Amino acid sequence: MAYQLLKYALGGEYKEPRFFRDCQTPKKSYDAVIIGGGGHGLAAAYYLAKDHGITNVAVLEKGYIGGGNTGRNTTIVRSNYLTPDGVNFYDASVKLFEGLSTELDINLFYSNRGHFTLAHSESAMRTMRWRAEVNKHVGVKSRVVGTDEIAKACPQMDLSCSGKSPIQGALYHEPGSIARHDAVAWGYARGADSMGVEIFQNTEVQGIDIKDGQVQGVQTSRGYISTGKVLSAVAGFTPRICKMVDLKTPIVIHPLQACVSEPMKPWLDTILVSGSLHVYVSQSSRGELVMGSSLDPYEFHSTRSTFDFVEGLTSHIVDMFPFLSNVKIVRQWAGMADITPDFAPIMGMTPIKGFYLDAGWGTWGFKATPISGKTMAHTLANDKPHDLIHSFRLSRFEEYELTGEKGAASVGH
Amino acid sequence: MKLLNCPVNGVRPLSEFIFGGECREMPNPETSTDLEWASYVHYRDNAPGIKKEWWYHSPSGTWFIAERNTLSDEVLSTYLHGKAPAKNTKEQSA
Repeated sequence: MAYQLLKYALGGEYKEPRFFRDCQTPKKSYDAVIIGGGGHGLAAAYYLAKDHGITNVAVLEKGYIGGGNTGRNTTIVRSNYLTPDGVNFYDASVKLFEGLSTELDINLFYSNRGHFTLAHSESAMRTMRWRAEVNKHVGVKSRVVGTDEIAKACPQMDLSCSGKSPIQGALYHEPGSIARHDAVAWGYARGADSMGVEIFQNTEVQGIDIKDGQVQGVQTSRGYISTGKVLSAVAGFTPRICKMVDLKTPIVIHPLQACVSEPMKPWLDTILVSGSLHVYVSQSSRGELVMGSSLDPYEFHSTRSTFDFVEGLTSHIVDMFPFLSNVKIVRQWAGMADITPDFAPIMGMTPIKGFYLDAGWGTWGFKATPISGKTMAHTLANDKPHDLIHSFRLSRFEEYELTGEKGAASVGH
Repeated sequence: MKLLNCPVNGVRPLSEFIFGGECREMPNPETSTDLEWASYVHYRDNAPGIKKEWWYHSPSGTWFIAERNTLSDEVLSTYLHGKAPAKNTKEQSA
């Protein structure tokens, strides 16, 4: 066995094929250019090719695919939002996620866990009841549960949270799941590539050429590409891309940090979120506890992580699970979250013809990967926003028609 | 511990401060159009760079201005609103 392994390693011929071609030189022009090779951009490329037959598409990624917020989130998929439009949108995403491993022929480790949003106060319980009723109305499985049901689902938890903030109840969301986030990017990349989409890594967009209010092309570190349609799907880099086209948005960038513990035997079946303790936690298929927190408190365009964050987060985790006090944290990191005032995304058309935005994904982007790709592909192909994303249009701000989802954000309110 | 220089109370730990967002001039609400007002309320050029921001020193209730590089998190100066920025007050930020 050791000999065979050595032979395989030195043989230089690895049987595992590449997921997508190693594109180096872009063509002179494409029907559409997608900036950002994260889950959202690659999903949009995939559905442009699959649903609309538009395959002459380039995806430009400054770093490597899935290396931005796609690989930095805490992998939770859920649809227990607050506005009917939000619930409908995220529910469509959950349904796509459920069949995605088969569709993309890659194991996404999609694991349905059930999702508890813990309430530690009467006002939090009120929000839970509100969300449960909106969810039920739209046909999404969410309900308010008491402490007995929480204790049954997670007997390891101290329901008094070390006596500091006793749990009164929770919003239970049955479809809540976790998935392997980077595999989502790889799966969409392979699918798009196999239909002809070209993916360029290490390719930076340096400028966007606009004439008479219409996109003409994109200046990149690999030369100029002419195109009439550009989709920006760059999360925390959105303000920098928007500056290239002189477009102002309400997006503010805050770092969002997360960490994982050392791996342990499986003990935590469910996904737990506490808005009051600023914590969300689940156990990955590798046995690590994946833990996230609230946003860093001020604008900052960086992916640095801090000791303050680990100290604050773990103290709350230990309040919930005192027996974890000796467990080690093995990795911590940050992503740049593009936060909007109403905690809903900004999707669709812009005042610039041919410039489309898929942005404002703040702390809620991973779960929307399939549906954002599908609806943005529809929007690009038809030059008309998809019905599901009407409430997320950029112009809602000047029309004072905000889509208030703050009450459904995991933490930080 | 990250520090910030409050123009009234001197150098204090960052945990004593609250971020108040970018400092922007308010258009005259009587004369501005709906779109101008909406732009003031919502739209920002939030590309990274040196920004003038509102900060609040919570224990003393002091609102003041900080000029900060939002890419490097370097604070260049802090001063009370309307007071000319003092020279050579380059702040520590690491």
